[in-house]
Amino acid sequence: MTRKVALYYGLMGLVLAGVGVFQSWNVAFGIANLCLISAVMALGVNMQWGYAGLFNVGIMGFTALGGLTAVLVSMPPVQEAWAVAGGDLFLSFLSLVATVVAIVFARRAVPPIARLPVTVLLIVAGYFLINRFFVPATERIEAIDPALSGYLGGLGLPVLIAWPLGGLVAAGAGWLIGKIALGLRADYLAIATLGISEIIIAVIKYEEWLSRGVKNVTGIPRPVPYEVDLVEAGWFVDLATRLGATDMAEAASLFVKACYLVLFAAVLAVVMWFAERALRSPWGRMMRAIRDNRDAAAAMGKNVKARHLQVFVLGCATCGIAGAMLATLDGQLTPTSYIPLRFTFLIWVMVILGGSGNNWGAVLGGFVIWLLWVEAEPLGNWFMTAVTAPLPGDSFLAQHLLAGAAYTRYLLMGAILLLVMRFAPKGLIPER
Amino acid sequence: MEFANAFALLANFVIVPAIAYGAQLALGALGVTIIFGILRFANFAHGELMSFGTMVAILATWFLQAQGIGIAPLPTALLALPVGVLGAVAVAVLTDRYVFRFYRRRRANPIVFAIVSVGVMFVLAGVIRIVIGPDDQSFADGARFLVTYRDSKAAMGIDQGIAVKQTQVITVMVTLVVVALLFWFLRRTRWGKAMRAYSDDEDLALLSGIDPERVVLIAWTIAAALAAIAGTLYGLDKTYKPFIFLQILLPIFAATILGGIGQPVGAVLGGFIVAFSEVTVTYAFKRFLAYLGPEGWAPDGLVQLLSTDYKFAVSFVILVAVLLVRPTGIIRGKVI
Repeated sequence: MTRKVALYYGLMGLVLAGVGVFQSWNVAFGIANLCLISAVMALGVNMQWGYAGLFNVGIMGFTALGGLTAVLVSMPPVQEAWAVAGGDLFLSFLSLVATVVAIVFARRAVPPIARLPVTVLLIVAGYFLINRFFVPATERIEAIDPALSGYLGGLGLPVLIAWPLGGLVAAGAGWLIGKIALGLRADYLAIATLGISEIIIAVIKYEEWLSRGVKNVTGIPRPVPYEVDLVEAGWFVDLATRLGATDMAEAASLFVKACYLVLFAAVLAVVMWFAERALRSPWGRMMRAIRDNRDAAAAMGKNVKARHLQVFVLGCATCGIAGAMLATLDGQLTPTSYIPLRFTFLIWVMVILGGSGNNWGAVLGGFVIWLLWVEAEPLGNWFMTAVTAPLPGDSFLAQHLLAGAAYTRYLLMGAILLLVMRFAPKGLIPER
Repeated sequence: MEFANAFALLANFVIVPAIAYGAQLALGALGVTIIFGILRFANFAHGELMSFGTMVAILATWFLQAQGIGIAPLPTALLALPVGVLGAVAVAVLTDRYVFRFYRRRRANPIVFAIVSVGVMFVLAGVIRIVIGPDDQSFADGARFLVTYRDSKAAMGIDQGIAVKQTQVITVMVTLVVVALLFWFLRRTRWGKAMRAYSDDEDLALLSGIDPERVVLIAWTIAAALAAIAGTLYGLDKTYKPFIFLQILLPIFAATILGGIGQPVGAVLGGFIVAFSEVTVTYAFKRFLAYLGPEGWAPDGLVQLLSTDYKFAVSFVILVAVLLVRPTGIIRGKVI
């Protein structure tokens, strides 16, 4: 078993090295970085699906929340925005708190029959009260230098702090959605998470005062040195020349990617350590018992709903951490780039291929599928060129097929998912 | 106080669009609910199935247009619709034969079916994007409006008119015919009754000699036909964008659950409720209220509860409300 795992990981390393030799080391390091982030996401999904059998299709939303946190933590605050709208924002926050308190209090005070109408009435009243302060505040914020800022900015803290915080924010969202949808039938959780992820993306896309929306936030401060500084730094030039590099710009870019690689690998190692410890603990055995037979576990006195909520929140937090890491690596938050096929369903393919219930499998799946996802484009091009070779080069069909070559990656992912589910439902590294 | 104007305004911007949209959602939700009822899983590939059927219909439309065949003033797509239906049915039957049947024989967990449907979704999404590309396609031809804004204004003699697009009327007509046919099939014919029996109690249906494979085949055929029709009507009414069909899955699922899983009547009801809530909540009532209020008065803001960007939120809130208040849906559906 361990030998098989070592073999798979060795092969994976060889393939990445092959990319380095045949394409370029820059590409290989870039792929490896995203492989590591994907592996963290896959671990999060594996906690939910592999340990507990929860079908979460809202991974995209939790990832995006992590990315948003990276912006809110690390970008410098826009002082002017706080100056013109800080007071009103505070008042609208106060109204929100007052509304929630009033609803909670009123629900206790009135007889059960009046609960629903009173709640609805208070929600409507609170909505207008909040908007009274909130709408003018956001308009003023968005009016400040729209081309460059037009949002509140962040806290100006180091971006590394955003990683655990991103996890916390995603965990909060996960708790809320889990509270509502867990305990009902499994498909409901799936549909509810699908909904919440679309809403999170919509908020990030359209609340410009918070995230600049589709204008994107760029230039998130890095936790690693910048290439332009590196090529001028004496120690780096010394080091690079001693290692035999000739092109300083390329060496600098490689060095930056290597720094990220170390950071991401450290996060993956920590998450993996916790995940493995948890899986082997009595808690992990209980989770699997609940997954395999809910009723029996409930009869043994396990609180199924509370355990599910726990593991759901943990999985969402892991996805949030990965999302913050991704935004840090990209150095920007682009809401339009969040599409479910890439951020939700691709992660599912990773977990299913790797082996649900096995953390080593999920990580391996993350590596393999990301590599394939990236390399599917050249492969698709090659395939389409081969298919269209007999056609004359200027024929409409040939042009059309070549233009669609990038989408063979969807076909590939679908085929992998279907084949694995059919012929090797336990994945590459089955659960022990 | 000008009730006529206020009503015309509301009809133009809320009632007419919501009826057309509701009909499209109802057709989609009917397909989802039938698969839910017979095969007992949430089919995530349904959106792509709609997209696929629409794509085939568009290709057929282009072919017909190139041949110069048309049924003006009606859109050519109506003539091409049967081809789209055939395409979607072929895909559904093939995926059932080569993908889902295996798991059905093993009596796999519904979640396994859902995950497999994600695989089907990926494959279909890839095929669609390779064949027709990821961009918008507009394929509506024929007359644009049945009643123009200006004509209706003149006819009614008020300030506001009601514009009715031809595609909206076609949507409603086709939906009426299709839904009537479906209900006739389910209630009156032998196989329709067999389907309802199977959906009610699988084992009992098997004992009374109903062929399950046949029932499943009919269910896929109906669901795929409905999907192709819903997708084509949606594409005619708005435009065809491949990526929209993953997003439209959410209101369709909301409608299905709201109506009660496995309940065709509920799916139709749910579709219209979701559509009306979505359009109402995202409509700015400023001018409507101005007509109702005293002369020369208008509300300060837009009086819009939610910006149109958040229309998904409406389906989601409906979904959550149903889960919290009545998980069985309006018409008591299957719930575990």
